[in-house]
Amino acid sequence: MTALAAIENGRIDLGALYAETNIGETLDRLDRELVGLAPVKNRIREIAALLLVERARRAVGLAAEPPSLHMCFTGNPGTGKTTVARRMAEILHALGYLRRDHVVSVTRDDLVGQYIGHTAPKTKDVLKRAMGGVLFIDEAYYLYRPENERDYGQEAIEILLQVMEDNRDDLVVILAGYRDRMDTFFRSNPGMASRIAHHIDFPDYAADELFRIAELMVAGMHYRLDADAAAAMQDYVARRMRQPRFANARSIRNALDRARLRQASRLFAERGRPLDRAALETITAADIRASRVFAA
Amino acid sequence: MRLTQGQFSFLPDLGDAEIKAQIDYALAQGWAIGIEFTDDPHPRNTYWTMWGTPMFDVKDPAGIMMEVTACRDAHADKYVKLLAFDATKGFETIRMSFIVNRPRDEPGFELLRSEGVGRRIGYALRSYATARPPAARYAARAGS
Repeated sequence: MTALAAIENGRIDLGALYAETNIGETLDRLDRELVGLAPVKNRIREIAALLLVERARRAVGLAAEPPSLHMCFTGNPGTGKTTVARRMAEILHALGYLRRDHVVSVTRDDLVGQYIGHTAPKTKDVLKRAMGGVLFIDEAYYLYRPENERDYGQEAIEILLQVMEDNRDDLVVILAGYRDRMDTFFRSNPGMASRIAHHIDFPDYAADELFRIAELMVAGMHYRLDADAAAAMQDYVARRMRQPRFANARSIRNALDRARLRQASRLFAERGRPLDRAALETITAADIRASRVFAA
Repeated sequence: MRLTQGQFSFLPDLGDAEIKAQIDYALAQGWAIGIEFTDDPHPRNTYWTMWGTPMFDVKDPAGIMMEVTACRDAHADKYVKLLAFDATKGFETIRMSFIVNRPRDEPGFELLRSEGVGRRIGYALRSYATARPPAARYAARAGS
């Protein structure tokens, strides 16, 4: 796994380097398994290109500080921030930027202690576990509580900042949360804002994207929607999107889980009859149309 | 007198990059790393003071090095060693152990002879360092 294989008389074959890192396959998988998210995928491709070129530059002896890859993912719930963070770890690992491909996912509770002197060891412990991989801080703005000036969150932020600066090649920090609240957080923590180079916004999914997500999820769980059920699902997506507390892909997953529940109880109610494989894997329109969403 | 306990102790002291490489090896084997320190270098002093709990959930050398550095800073003039514990059934023991920090001056050991009944000689080993009370063993020398 050396970049040297791609070098010949001082010429570098980026294509060979690309093939060698296997990154193409990871990116394709990202395209296949994640629906929509065009701006996110674009940015990931840009980062992949940057790291690939960086490898080529290093191979011919052009030294530069490793690029800072701390990121901020903003977007509504269920738009795929956690999933992309996991993929990001795999990609950065494949490109040799990270030594491991693990993601340590934490929230305020894992970083901030309850009394004086409790926060630093807790934060350091989390950082220790995350070293070499990605530290994913969900709803990062909860770290900063302006209404309480003695809040220990500030201490956690300071330790984070220092490690983000000192251990740049050991750790990638990804902050995630709602767009507007992240903006407020960065306004009150300019140090944090200036250390994060990549701000990636996750757009909400359109109805057809949500339906494709549903199909992917159904296939992933080894179920099948029959023709009527597919139409019912499309109908469901359209209605659910207009209702309150809509959480994009997460709402779809929950809807499917409830459809599975109804399918199971339907099969159980008919338990006199023998079941075949098709009956076990098929979700019918009735399983979906029984949802509360259609009552409204 | 240079203390030779554990692995690599007859080699020059390992640098940080070399320590990291050793940690990387231990982690790749699935061993958990612990850090211990002491100011009593007697060879039979097996159980040194633990610097935190063994790190069962740290997956990368950089995380371990954070603790190694913290322990060295806090106990610059004591012995610090790094242990790799293998939890596999049948082993359940330390598989690696080497010193990562040592005091600037190591005074060495004294051989004590005590004559018993019938001119029988009993031998004992004692570190010159332990002649002082625990807190002052190396610290006093470091200050001078």
